Amino acid sequence: MNPDAIANVAMGLALAPLLFGVINRVKAVFAGRRGQPLLQPYFDVVKLLGKGAVYSRTTTWVFRAGPVVGLASALAALCVVPFGGERALIGFEGDLLLFAGLFGLMRFFTVCAALDTGSAFEGMGASREVQFSALAEPALLLGLAAAARRTGCMSLSGLFEEASGMDPAAALPVFSLAAMAVFIVFLCENARIPVDDPNTHLELTMIHEVMVLDHSGPDFAFITYGAAVKMWVLGALFAGLAVPFRTGIHWLDAALAVAFMFAVAAATGVVESTMARLRLLRVPHLLAGACALSAVAYVLLLR
Amino acid sequence: MELLLAAIIVLPASGFAALLLGRLPKASAAAGAAGPLAACCLAAAPVFRALSAAPAEFLRIEWSMPFGSATMELDALGAFFLAPVLGLSALSAVYGAGYMNAHGGGRLPGWHWLCFNVLVAAMAAVCLARNALFFLAAWEIMALASFFLVASESGSKEAREASWTYMAAAHAGAAFLIPMFLLLSQGTGSLDFADFSVEPGSATASLCFALALIGFGSKAGIMPLHVWLPEAHPAAPSHVSALMSGVMIKTGIYGLVRVLTMLGPPPTWWGFALIALGAASGVMGVLLALAQHDLKRLLAYHSIENIGIIVMGLGLWILGVSTGHPAMAALGFAGALLHVVNHAVFKGLLFMGAGSVLTGAGTRDVEKLGGLLKRMPATGAAFLVGAAAICGLPPLNGFVSEFLVFLGSLDGAANGGPLPAVLAAAVILSLALIAGLASACFAKAFGIVFLGEPRTPEAAASRESGALMTAPMAILSILCFAIGIGGFAAVQAAEPVVLSVCGPGSGGVIEAASRSLAGAATAFGVLIALAVLLAVLRKVLLFRRESGQAGTWDCGYAAPSAKMQYTASSFAQPLADFFGHFLGQRKHFVPPNGYFPKESSLETETPDRCLDGFYVPAFRAGRAVLSKFLVLQQGRIQIYVLYLVLTLLVLLIWKLGF
Amino acid sequence: MAAWIEILMILLILLDMVLPGLSRLSACVRAAALQGVLLGVLTLLANFDALTPRVAVLAGLSMAVKGFLFPVLLERAMKGAGVRKEVEPFVGYVTSIAACVAMLAVSLLLGQRLPLPDGGQGMPLAVPAAIMTMLTGLFIVVSRRKAVSQVVGYLTFENGIYAFGVVAVGEVNALVELGVLLDIFVAVFVMGIAIYQINREFDHIDADHLSMLRG
Repeated sequence: MNPDAIANVAMGLALAPLLFGVINRVKAVFAGRRGQPLLQPYFDVVKLLGKGAVYSRTTTWVFRAGPVVGLASALAALCVVPFGGERALIGFEGDLLLFAGLFGLMRFFTVCAALDTGSAFEGMGASREVQFSALAEPALLLGLAAAARRTGCMSLSGLFEEASGMDPAAALPVFSLAAMAVFIVFLCENARIPVDDPNTHLELTMIHEVMVLDHSGPDFAFITYGAAVKMWVLGALFAGLAVPFRTGIHWLDAALAVAFMFAVAAATGVVESTMARLRLLRVPHLLAGACALSAVAYVLLLR
Repeated sequence: MELLLAAIIVLPASGFAALLLGRLPKASAAAGAAGPLAACCLAAAPVFRALSAAPAEFLRIEWSMPFGSATMELDALGAFFLAPVLGLSALSAVYGAGYMNAHGGGRLPGWHWLCFNVLVAAMAAVCLARNALFFLAAWEIMALASFFLVASESGSKEAREASWTYMAAAHAGAAFLIPMFLLLSQGTGSLDFADFSVEPGSATASLCFALALIGFGSKAGIMPLHVWLPEAHPAAPSHVSALMSGVMIKTGIYGLVRVLTMLGPPPTWWGFALIALGAASGVMGVLLALAQHDLKRLLAYHSIENIGIIVMGLGLWILGVSTGHPAMAALGFAGALLHVVNHAVFKGLLFMGAGSVLTGAGTRDVEKLGGLLKRMPATGAAFLVGAAAICGLPPLNGFVSEFLVFLGSLDGAANGGPLPAVLAAAVILSLALIAGLASACFAKAFGIVFLGEPRTPEAAASRESGALMTAPMAILSILCFAIGIGGFAAVQAAEPVVLSVCGPGSGGVIEAASRSLAGAATAFGVLIALAVLLAVLRKVLLFRRESGQAGTWDCGYAAPSAKMQYTASSFAQPLADFFGHFLGQRKHFVPPNGYFPKESSLETETPDRCLDGFYVPAFRAGRAVLSKFLVLQQGRIQIYVLYLVLTLLVLLIWKLGF
Repeated sequence: MAAWIEILMILLILLDMVLPGLSRLSACVRAAALQGVLLGVLTLLANFDALTPRVAVLAGLSMAVKGFLFPVLLERAMKGAGVRKEVEPFVGYVTSIAACVAMLAVSLLLGQRLPLPDGGQGMPLAVPAAIMTMLTGLFIVVSRRKAVSQVVGYLTFENGIYAFGVVAVGEVNALVELGVLLDIFVAVFVMGIAIYQINREFDHIDADHLSMLRG
């Protein structure tokens, strides 16, 4: 067991909700408000953990299992993703697929929990969620495959390690294209604008938030925290691809990576403040664009 | 080998016993189901011995037939296919006993069980045969037995048509196999597999490959030769569907692999063809599945999808061999092999679950179901496990084999030249798309059928099936977890087969893959431990706290009803629309009209384009041509005798050469 | 320098991918203009070591014409004719994107096979990017309904030719380049007039409806 990797996981656990705090603060600044405290997501989780829960009479154990499995897979994904120039806690050749698979598991159970309520709203959200993620997955895996082709490594940790030693000009084109694709996937999977609006809970246009309408109490705390961890994990992947270079000094690399994560959060906030949500019919186009970016990254390496 | 022979003999024997007891459905079912169980126990030892890399066992029966003798051999490859055949047969036989009892014993229980056992015996014989004639005989018996089983469920017109479609497809496929075997035997004139030889890289080899691809592909259900599959699987009784989809279509894969090992070093285009066909089957299969409303039909289309994954794995194997990437070859082949077993496990499980739903609620139409998890908890839980497994989600078995295929293609992507890299990217893209679409499809299947509120009174009144039906499902669910977590061991179990086919050099690759899967198993351990921990935490937090019960939140609407739930069609609509060009879904929409609209309706149907666009017109045209020959059919025995005499005369004259 | 040119080429390719995906006509025009500017920068970078005033003036001229003059002309034409803003493609968005990826692969293949005087030394992506740009231009011409889109297609096509000239000839052959530029200029002009004419005759500027004129 690598102590640095464990420290990275602990850092992810501790700092993940802060990403939401930063995003909300950036949005507030853009709107000319003072905004909620930076630590508000933590307060929310703690408050929810202390509450009772209300369950629909329609639901079964699947509804209760949804948040538990969702958070467990997000945390497992946190162990698989490398961070700040350090190897991941669990890494092996082909762990890219496990990475995608864990999010698939999370999604599958969230969707099933949504369908368990029998609500038309949540069914609608579930239907959209599976559509968008089915299109996001090819973009993610093909982008990572392009990075694997560039570096000749088949594990996330090895890939980032190899890239950190490469000539920047040689790594830059492919990695930045893949990073752009992953950023679109990041926005889509984390239910951010322009794919989904995280602020409104009960509109026909919502995707992720509408799926968790019926959850309450500790269940909802799990979901909120799981969403934060998921954002951290995908952000870490994006950070690794966008800035693959390392100084070689452990603490400095880690600090830079954390700084970059919050820069990503701030960028997300800027995107949310300046863009409108896409029409639902246009979202697949955006994801197809992400696939195309990955494909270009890959095709460029065919020479 | 003697044990295996005994296993093959005990099957029809118990079938005949069931036939004799045909008047007593329960006794007949017991006698019939005992056969596959006994066969499974008898064959276990030799199969395990063959899988542990022992030298192949050989048996030669002098059988007076024109082209040599019935030769049987059990090697690692055959054993790897034989194991799921016998295992799933035993489980579905037990399930079938419960299923047939729940359905009043079926129409002709004795005949049913005879056919069932003969089918199992024929599949085992296919895996063992080492003589072309013997192989083809077993192949045909297999097709005939399953034909009767498909037709047996109900006297309905639909089932009869489905079984005829199946029969036509099976025979058309066999028609390609006969010339292939003749070509292979050209050199020596012997029909024994051991004597087969073709010049590697020759046109003959490629022709053999093409014939094998069509002949075996039609059995396996490779697109566009799949049309019989979505017809026959829903029509058959559920345990037969489980057997056909779980293992019978894999005999096509077995045949393809067996022939490929005989053809020598392959050219690159074979790999290209396999990957293209596999990707098409995989993606189109899952898309068509997404648009189905009939639960068993949906599962049948998923079989096509999974065959696509297997064929892509085989394609990587061939591509790796022909372009000199041993890692890609070994991983692709190992992935295909393991997916054969895994698909048998989870598809068997899912078809059994569908059969249980059919028994409990009386319909296969997902739009009429709902809320079954409360009424059929065991079936529901098992179906959930199967659904998660078929989507390739960790920590279940589907993930393991898809992981291997993915790893093979990733190796091609990372280290291959331009052509392998393009094909590897195609495999990665298809796998990713298939995984996403499959989880959409099974979220739909599980969510609409088992969750929410029942949509009809029949669904509300459904009851859990008996222990005979639930126990096999439970065993298969446990297997899903076991192979998923023990993936590293499963790969090592497949190692002898991979070594025998891909050469001894691939041992290191398999070891590395096993190490990777051990890493994945660590992650699975973390995942499961976390899930348990969080579940306990949740229980502790909610302990003695008020936890209310209420209706589902519906925006304050006072009288929500089960009809307001999202339906399967609406769930699938965005994806079906997005891929509309490929699917060709037809919509019949009567929009609501006026200020107080009374009637409006929306109907969607997704016809199979291959069937409607190609086969139906082709067969119609064929019939138009062939019906001209109806003149010859006079229905008088005298005329037919005249034909015979004339033919004999002509032959005689031709032979003597005027 | 080679690395920068490479990145410029990737930007060029990305713009090629973006062009068929844009739904607004004015965005298309601007993307094509941006491409023209990028190509001017490319000329400067490619001749960085031996920058003569002639090259600099030529690059500046082409940037001015493609990046400023053409867009302004087209915008005016569109405004004057009251064109609706949507592109109205024959070929859908996702199909276009897929076609672009396929075209990229084909151009890479062609770029490897194409015999060049100096083999495109130091700029391995340049020839594929040029071919890709030409193919994209043709694709837009073929797959879009409106006359303005057709102009954008021709512009993109010309960008491809220009890029090809920069890499293949090394130093820009002023005569050829100016000739092509003149052609395009005339084309834009004629199209502008044609847009007015079609608009007046048929009340819309659908090039598709020209098919009504056939016998």
